[in-house]
This record gives sequence, C-alpha cells and structure tokens, in this order.
Amino acid sequence: MIPPAFEYLRPKTIPEAVAMLQQHGDEAKILSGGQSLIPMMKLRLARPAYLIDINRISGMAYIKEDDGFLKIGGLTREAELESSPLIHSKYPLLLDTAHVIADPQVRNLATVGGNLAHGDPANDHPAAMTALGAQVVATGPKGERVIPIEEFFVTLFTTALKQDEILTEIRIPIPPAKSGGAYFKLERKVGDFATAAAAVQLTLDGSGTVQKAGIALTNVGPTPIKARKAEDFLRGKKPEAAAIEQAAKLAAEDAQPSSDLRGPAEYKRGLVKELTKRAITKALERAGK
Amino acid sequence: MAKQTIKVKINGREREAAVEPRLLLVHFIRESLALTGTHIGCDTSNCGACTVIVNGNTVKSCTMFAVQADGAEIMTVEGLIKDGALHPLQEGFKQEHGLQCGFCTPGMLMSSYALLSKNSNPTEDDIRWGISGNLCRCTGYQNIVKAVLDAAKRMNEKAMAQGGTK
Repeated sequence: MIPPAFEYLRPKTIPEAVAMLQQHGDEAKILSGGQSLIPMMKLRLARPAYLIDINRISGMAYIKEDDGFLKIGGLTREAELESSPLIHSKYPLLLDTAHVIADPQVRNLATVGGNLAHGDPANDHPAAMTALGAQVVATGPKGERVIPIEEFFVTLFTTALKQDEILTEIRIPIPPAKSGGAYFKLERKVGDFATAAAAVQLTLDGSGTVQKAGIALTNVGPTPIKARKAEDFLRGKKPEAAAIEQAAKLAAEDAQPSSDLRGPAEYKRGLVKELTKRAITKALERAGK
Repeated sequence: MAKQTIKVKINGREREAAVEPRLLLVHFIRESLALTGTHIGCDTSNCGACTVIVNGNTVKSCTMFAVQADGAEIMTVEGLIKDGALHPLQEGFKQEHGLQCGFCTPGMLMSSYALLSKNSNPTEDDIRWGISGNLCRCTGYQNIVKAVLDAAKRMNEKAMAQGGTK
C-alpha cells in the first residue's frame, strides 16, 4: 500500500518545525517515530500534504531527573526507556509499559512523545502517564505551555495540542520513597494493542497506608480512563486484600469498553477488574521494597 | 511531487538516488537497489519480514520512508555473507533447519543479528523476545531458536579461538 504524495520537510530546530506547522496548518503532520502515522498513511486514513520530520532535531531525546521531575524528551525512543538505568531503578511502571509496546523493531523508532500525541486510546503510555500524574510540555509559536495529563486526552485521536504545537517534553513528579508502580496488559499476541490494561502508581506512608494512588486504564474508552473512584477509595486505606478487591471492582465500573474484535465489552470489563487487582498488588510489592 | 536525492551506505557500499518522499524504505531497497532479500510479508507493520538494520538498530522497512534513511548505514540480509563465507547465523539456520519456505528468514536473520550483537550469550527466552517482532507461519519458531543458539555458540567459539572476547 502506497501513501498519497506529500512534501517532506526536515527542520533542524524546534522553532523551525513550529514555523512549518504554522505555515501549513492542518495540511501538515509531525513525523516522529512514524510507527502509528505511517501505517495510517499507507492505508490512506491519514493524508497529510506536508510531513515535518523532527527526527534530526538534536536535544529532543533525553531521560533525566531535574527540579523534582523526571523529564523525558518527546523524541525519546521506547528502546531508550527500556535500556535506561534510571527507569529500571526508579520507574518500574514506565519499564513495564515500554516492554509491552509493539515489538523490538517498532520500539527502536517509536517515541514516547508520539505515543501520547497520536491520541490513540489503544496506546500504552497514556494510561501510564495518567497514573503517574504527568505533565505534557507543548511548544508552539509563543513558547512552551504545560498541560496536565488529565486535560491532555480529549477524545479519539484528539489531544489538547494545538495545530501549531509540538509535544517536546513529558514531566513526571519524582515519586517519594515507598512508591511503586506496575502495568498489566492483556494482548492476544505479543505486539498487539491491549485487549485491556491497567496502570497503577502508589505511594505508601510510614504506617503502610496508601497516601497517593494513580490508576488508569488502556483501550477501554475513547481516551485513557482515570479510575477516580478506585483511587479515592484506596487513598487513606491499608491496602489489604478486601480493599484491593474493592478498588479493582470500582476501576472496572469506570471502564467504558466497546465490543470489538478483541472481545465483548463485558469480558473486557471483567479483565479490567483482574488486571487492576494484579497491578495494585505488584505496585504495593514494589513500594514495600 | 519533487524527488529528493538521498545517500545511503548499504552493506558497506555507498548508493545515491532520487526518490519521491512517499517511497517506502522497503521499496527503495527492493526496487531501486535491486536487493530483493528483504521481503514484504504483510505491509501492515506486523510480520517483520521487511526487517533491516539502520544505524545499528532493527527497523521494519515497510514502516519508514527512504528519505528518512538519508545519510544512514543500512544492513540487509545480503550483507551477512563475507567473501563468499556464510555468516555463523546462516550456518546455524542451515544446520538447525531454521527455515521452511524461507519467507520470514531474512527478517529473522536481521533481528537475530541485532540480538547477538547486543547479547552474545542469549538464553532461549532472550531469543524468543529478540525475534518477537518477526512472524513465521511454517516452523513454529522452535528450530529458529535452535539456529540462533547454534550461531551464538559458533560465534563465541570463534571469538575464543581468536583470543578475544565478544
């Protein structure tokens, strides 16, 4: 399958890329990893007249802690997340997530920024970043603006990014001590999108009570679903078996699954409950260490 | 649509061509460069038969435009053979019957090559993970895994014989 013809632009800097977006408006799309966009172009579901390749812009790929935040550059490849010692040691939720995105070849090109900016609720980072309480930095003609993750996903394939903005950085508040996270995804085969998935990030206080809880779900709605009822329930409680079971039940109630080729809606809802339970259990285990 | 000139170093050889931006890397390799070892299996970014190595990393060449590879070093399955001698991976696939129809094989070889270059002593699990982006409809993967284990063994023996570590 062959995409329609387009003009290929290769800016060297972010301001240059932003200027190109301004100039061409909704006829232009950013090419980051391209692992979602190019398949859509090959099916002619996306037909940008201008493709702005940002892959040669230096300084857009990094993983570092700074000023109370883990900062990930928009162009950081999933494979870089997977091999980062920092992610391995302190951000198990992100490691779990990166591991289950597609396959090794795709992970070499796919970017964290693209995974969020594409606005596909089937992508894995949206739920993980929601559970982590992340912020998205959008760079446009007037400079940077910070968008809280809860405001970022609007609906199917639509984010809060304006037409002339590029997602340049993701910021995650550095979790305090006694924090842990986990991502549990059920897929029909390796590399598939989620039938359903649950992302959990928890912080315990000195007495083992849940101080902070972030729970979000993948591919059971038009955007990632923040399981607020489950989060509110867990906060302030000792996470014993009954509490975990109830939180998982509440998360399943917040899911909005559709019946499709991956299964009936009720099956997916049941899956959310089980995956949330397992993710909470694993997150607690990691928080306890 | 205006063509753009791109330069690549493919299997050690410099090549230059004028291409449309929408030309996929796999079509550039197969048609413009006449290297037909790289296969198109699904065209939907699933099967990995189109896997090549760009600047040291495996990519699905059906999910990349040739213009993106401008200035890159590319390795395809044709680049495995050295001075007429089979690469240990090719020996391994031969010895362990790691292919039947052979359609997925170039992609499997490229993914295995990349795996072995990062991990010279992979376990079976490492190999299965390393080829998880490559589908095979014939073999059930068992002999592919054996082939890669065999190749790793050959390469480590060779490295030891040469007095170095890989």
